Amino acid sequence: MNTSYLEFEQPIADLRARIDELSTATDDVDIDLAEEITKLQTKCNKLTESIFAKLDPWQVSQVARHPNRPFALDYIKAIFTEFKELHGDRAFADDPAIVGGLARLNGQAVAILGQQKGRDTKEKLLRNFGMPKPEGYRKALRIMKLAEKFKLPLITLIDTPGAYPGIGAEERGQSEAIARNLMTLADLRTPVICTVIGEGGSGGALAIGVGDRINMMQYSTYSVISPEGCASILWKSADKAPDAAEAMGITSGRLKELNLIDRIISEPLGGAHRDHQAAAAALRDTLVDDLGNLSSMLIDDLINRRSEKLRNYGEYKDS
Amino acid sequence: MSWFDKLMPSRVRSDSRNRGSVPEGLWVKCDSCTNVLYGADLERNNNVCPRCGYHRRIRARERLEMLLDVDPRIEIGAGLEPVDQLKFRDTKKYRDRLAQAAKNSDEKDALVAIHGAVKGMPVVAAAFEYEFMAGSMGSVVGEKFVRAAETSLQHNATLICFSASGGARMQEALLSLFQMAKTSSALAQLARRGVPYISVLTDPTMGGVSASFAMLGDIVMAEPRALIGFAGPRVIEQTVRETLPDGFQRSEFLLEHGAIDMIVDRREMRDNIAQIIAQLTGQPSPPDHSVPPASASMEQTISG
Repeated sequence: MNTSYLEFEQPIADLRARIDELSTATDDVDIDLAEEITKLQTKCNKLTESIFAKLDPWQVSQVARHPNRPFALDYIKAIFTEFKELHGDRAFADDPAIVGGLARLNGQAVAILGQQKGRDTKEKLLRNFGMPKPEGYRKALRIMKLAEKFKLPLITLIDTPGAYPGIGAEERGQSEAIARNLMTLADLRTPVICTVIGEGGSGGALAIGVGDRINMMQYSTYSVISPEGCASILWKSADKAPDAAEAMGITSGRLKELNLIDRIISEPLGGAHRDHQAAAAALRDTLVDDLGNLSSMLIDDLINRRSEKLRNYGEYKDS
Repeated sequence: MSWFDKLMPSRVRSDSRNRGSVPEGLWVKCDSCTNVLYGADLERNNNVCPRCGYHRRIRARERLEMLLDVDPRIEIGAGLEPVDQLKFRDTKKYRDRLAQAAKNSDEKDALVAIHGAVKGMPVVAAAFEYEFMAGSMGSVVGEKFVRAAETSLQHNATLICFSASGGARMQEALLSLFQMAKTSSALAQLARRGVPYISVLTDPTMGGVSASFAMLGDIVMAEPRALIGFAGPRVIEQTVRETLPDGFQRSEFLLEHGAIDMIVDRREMRDNIAQIIAQLTGQPSPPDHSVPPASASMEQTISG
């Protein structure tokens, strides 16, 4: 079994294995299997389409967390030029779970922030599984201010299970660090474009997630708490994570319906991890489009519109 | 129910509905030092144990009663009510939880906000009702906080918020997470206009409330020994697999680590807040110990 396939993708994996087998066979013997392979290829695509057309929220969160999914630095490399990574919060440390810096998008200078996960064990540990600490949020804050000072649009790429629940993180004021970023982003005098590329986990995600545009990659998720966390609190059992995922409505489609996000960016067939280049191209098109729209606005209008957007979050009755 | 409560005739028991509020029973056992206290003494002492100084959790309206002048008092957003936008259901329906919480607390949601005055100085004060779903923040809490901030801005009145919350309300999912952004944005506008905001952290202030407006005060104070943090102590313990240090995430720990400005005893709260407002807004020193009459009932004094 190919480990890069998720459980619900097993029928696709089996078919893929059959295709690979036939392809190898063609090399060895002198018979033409091209027609058969093409037929299976078409069948495989159809199967993938049908499976991905009806993923449930829990399955989507598996795709969002897929180890081969493009991470922030993958997108940065594919979409931007001249990336200059900037390090450190100038007070305590450099948090590798948040990356940021200067770069160009389509020739225009911009600032970038993103949470960064690791692919192999060593990098996963280095990146703390994409869970930032206070110094990470404070590095982000520094880059936000830099963007504002030099009138650079800020582009953020969200991909974190959440803030790191550690002793040191609490000692160094995790709550304040997140809160400060929310307030700063709310009236940062430069365009801010946020995109959830994988997991949008709670306050850790929101700390770089307040802006003029909120986009989600098709198979990313965004939620107040992880499905496992929600399940263990409300159902008293982490096994109920699929139910929690369903109840919270964590998918791009559901959140668009609820009017909490602006745009869904389509992913290639079978998810972004099957074709990094195609996923990056789709994200790039959206960023270029958003940037064009926002850059033409007067900064005061932009800030007023952002405040209005934030003001309108929420559903309630007023009698 | 403790052994002591069981001994009491049911007539004088402080039933669970009013836990953390003015005790109805004649005698109350302190949760901290376990001394048995006379209910009226405790009430006179702002629900702080006269023996050990333990600050009992109190209700939102009791909290505002202790702070505000009797007149004027105009409640803000009294008509706001939660809706179950997601049709959320865990082991119970969210709608049923809301109904139960409303019954338990006599509030429509977890925040009460009043436009009033402290020693004659105009303020807008908000306080969390912990009895309403552990003071969790959903759309109504966010909206009410923002309306309170807007009233502050409009009247150039200091904003004061007493937090007591388990964090964001899971049953409102991303809507509740986004209340963190909404409330912080309102505070950005206050900051721009130089209207003071005093945040008072009480037991407990956790999660999304802690990581948004609670930590954004121009002045951040806490009551003694309140639990304050982002992640809950149990989650941290399970993650790091270490024993947590003594007093971890308590007010005194936060003061030591530079996270808050000061710890203020509840009995000194009104005087301290009044002095700070006067200092920040260029007013003369307010008279000390002018305590609002505890007898004035909120029903009689709240209008609007």
